Amino acid sequence: MRYIPITEQDRRQMLEAIGSGSVEDLFADVPETLRFRRALRIPAALSEAELTKHLRVLSDRNADADRWSIFLGAGCYDHFSPAIITHLIQRGEFLTAYTPYQPEISQGTLQALFEYQTLVCQLTGMEVSNASMYEGASATAEGILMAHRITGRSEVVVARTVHPEYRQVARTYAAQLGLTFREIGFTDAGTTDLEAVKQGLTPQAACLVVQYPNFFGGVEDLAPLAEAAHAVGALFVVCVAEPIALGLLKPPGECGADIVTGEGQGLGTGMNYGGPALGLFATRERFVRHMPGRLVGETVDRQGRTGYVLTLATREQHIRREKATSNICTSESLIALMGTIYLVSMGPQGLRAVALQNLRKAAYAKERLGSLEGLGARFDGPTFNEFVLRTKKKPAAVLKRLLKREIVGGLDLGRFYPELKDCLLVCVTEQKSREQIDALATALGGVR
Amino acid sequence: MSGPERTVGTQGLVFEEPLIFEQGSPGRVGFSLPPCDVPQKKAETLIPPHLLRGEIPGLPEVSEGEVVRHYTRISQWNFGIDLGFYPLGSCTMKYNPRVNEDVARLPGFAKAHPYLPDELAQGALQLLWELEQYLAEVSGLDRVSLHPSAGAHGELTGVMMIRAYHQSKGDPRRKILIPESAHGTNPASSALCGYQVVPIKSGPLGVVEPQVVAEAMDDEVAAIMLTNPNTLGLFEEHIAEIAEIVHRKGGQVYCDGANLNAIMGITRPGDWGVDVIHVNLHKTFSQPHGGGGPGAGPVAVRNHLAPFMPVPTVEKTQTGFALDSDRPQSIGRVRSFAASFGVMVRSYAYIRSLGPDGLKLAAETAVLNANYIMNRLKADYHLPYDRVCKHECVFSDAEQLKNDVKTLDIAKRLMDYGFHPPTIYFPLIVPGALMIEPTETESKETLDQFIAAMKAIAREAKEQPDLVRAAPHKPRISRLDETRAARQPVLRWKPKG
Repeated sequence: MRYIPITEQDRRQMLEAIGSGSVEDLFADVPETLRFRRALRIPAALSEAELTKHLRVLSDRNADADRWSIFLGAGCYDHFSPAIITHLIQRGEFLTAYTPYQPEISQGTLQALFEYQTLVCQLTGMEVSNASMYEGASATAEGILMAHRITGRSEVVVARTVHPEYRQVARTYAAQLGLTFREIGFTDAGTTDLEAVKQGLTPQAACLVVQYPNFFGGVEDLAPLAEAAHAVGALFVVCVAEPIALGLLKPPGECGADIVTGEGQGLGTGMNYGGPALGLFATRERFVRHMPGRLVGETVDRQGRTGYVLTLATREQHIRREKATSNICTSESLIALMGTIYLVSMGPQGLRAVALQNLRKAAYAKERLGSLEGLGARFDGPTFNEFVLRTKKKPAAVLKRLLKREIVGGLDLGRFYPELKDCLLVCVTEQKSREQIDALATALGGVR
Repeated sequence: MSGPERTVGTQGLVFEEPLIFEQGSPGRVGFSLPPCDVPQKKAETLIPPHLLRGEIPGLPEVSEGEVVRHYTRISQWNFGIDLGFYPLGSCTMKYNPRVNEDVARLPGFAKAHPYLPDELAQGALQLLWELEQYLAEVSGLDRVSLHPSAGAHGELTGVMMIRAYHQSKGDPRRKILIPESAHGTNPASSALCGYQVVPIKSGPLGVVEPQVVAEAMDDEVAAIMLTNPNTLGLFEEHIAEIAEIVHRKGGQVYCDGANLNAIMGITRPGDWGVDVIHVNLHKTFSQPHGGGGPGAGPVAVRNHLAPFMPVPTVEKTQTGFALDSDRPQSIGRVRSFAASFGVMVRSYAYIRSLGPDGLKLAAETAVLNANYIMNRLKADYHLPYDRVCKHECVFSDAEQLKNDVKTLDIAKRLMDYGFHPPTIYFPLIVPGALMIEPTETESKETLDQFIAAMKAIAREAKEQPDLVRAAPHKPRISRLDETRAARQPVLRWKPKG
């Protein structure tokens, strides 16, 4: 086996040094009744060439976004990823390092994560970011648990325009601790109903959770929502599932957010059938000791040189065990590095430019598709790179017809919203050409 | 002559490199975009102006080459498996095969959207389904959820399933038994599910004794969480008897599978009476650790817990493979989408590359390597549990403390010899623990070099203790002031002035 360098001769010498007759002796502590005496039922080993061929065949059975026209978003976005990202993260020094417990020989990871924390603060307008969480949904659930710890309250008020899977994850987490949920509906603008929010927020509310832009692509006006949450002493949790939007939109930190959670996958990390992704988590300085996850801080060495370390670890499971702020250990450092390289490559100009292309292309598609017979925009509020289309025919039937032209036209919203079972969620990123949008319009025109 | 000069570790050209925010120049760019091919409406006409932001302050303006040089330079300040021996106990730092990186990036995998209709994702679903079968076979359990994102996430998921199981029987329980030697994530995951943690002591031989469990066991105990092999690197030889005791009182047996690398193909948790186990794909199954993730923590369960698995699961149908979210008793979701799919591809490729014989050989060799190190070093370092070990061995600094040289000093001095230190001060039940896990992918020559370095440090601790206490001497920077970092937290760069 090419990954195992110990030869038969090595083995003999080593066993001799150990004073054992055989490798079998090294398992003498496993009771005979518990020994597994047959071969594992796993296919025989493949050579590298056979493996590559086999996986090529499997991967070709998927519809990739290069060959197909795919208008899916809904929490996972097809953005262009500069080639340098893949090259840099495959440097063995980054790829094959563990969590930086020994700072003297982990300064590469630590400095990169310090830069990542800074970039997330700049993007979200918040004061502190951790060094990453798993992904958007569990990060949002942890944000809710943090609000519960800070306020001591157990009621969670969450907009129905938050990603349905994020709400499901939040419920799974919160149910363990007996937190209750109240969901707030949306208006015909496709954004959270502010009046309903005000009615739903009681003095028992730990937090108000909204998504920005929301699951329908709608751009929420955060400031009045923040005001409503703060009026009852609740924290305002803003979840960002599409970080590219923050190239244009006012950052949540400037709109009264106390905790910003979300998904960093859009920052050039690729779709990968949903993961690995990148959980964003940022907050205000005054809440830092309540935060989950790793934090990298700046300090000095014995000669006074600047360096970085994992810090404020007394919040964490390896020190505090059952009293920790979270159980999280391994998170998404390498994906955070991808996001870091993406953001510094784009810079202020690039980030704005790519956000603007998303906005314009989606606006073009919304106008173009919405004016087709049998179709129309479901909501009239402002949207970023996604929008909801109402269809006269059943969305499932519409989507099925499009598949023949190698187009995945969007997401059937009936899957998550019974009241929107005549609707499609369509996403258009900078990766879609006008030609592809026009082809979608033509195809949709044909399935009226 | 002794000392690192004669063994390994060289100092090449090391660059100083400021933060990226301190570089670049206004107007410089590192990106390219195709021209916009749709009407170029002003943002203000599409979004109300009060919802728009100005330019993002502080974001650097650098060219592509500068970005590459910056991250290449700082990468050189890192130690990784690719550079040298990384015997970090409990972390299974084995070689990460490069072909796995290539296959994970095949467009059909990397550019597949998670909401593709199942018929357009058959390759991905087949891979997930097959990986589930392999992990079920290795663990000896019935079903495997590939959903959780890391080991601790898998623990949380497993404990949630246990809680849902007890609740479904109208028997909500309050407590979870956890040995004091357990990873901190075990109690933390239990607490997240509202359980009270009851610590269990290990016996004089370093394993949990049935008697202790029997005494702690009552009908309020939901489960016991055992790591096997445990964090001392020892096989919990009474596991079957313990499982029986716990089951008799209606409890469940959770196994932390962090150390599965020691036992693949040799003994199976399912055959010990374990009901739930999580597996760390970033340890046993070669997913690169990436400086702290991504990992994945699939959870294997017995059939009676399968109804509570998180959604979605992957099922084989008459026409192919499908995601299934229709599980009425499911605990729900613990993340968005199906799984950290890219991690699954790498671990799938790893398992297919080794096959059944290779997996067993990996476990045997990992155990051989650990026992070799343990036996070669036990004259120089205190070995609290002198018996055959599994994938790792745990020493302490008891001998070196006589010269006021601590575990931390030994760890730092190892860097001068070109090695990553072992895990230190864990497990907590061994004061000054040095936990060494070599894995199967190291050669005998590397192990011998490491042993020589450890012996040299033991000598230095007697003859030149100051040298060891001041280590490391070779890395670019010396020991960092962690107290200052925590007392005056600086957690982000800010523009000067």
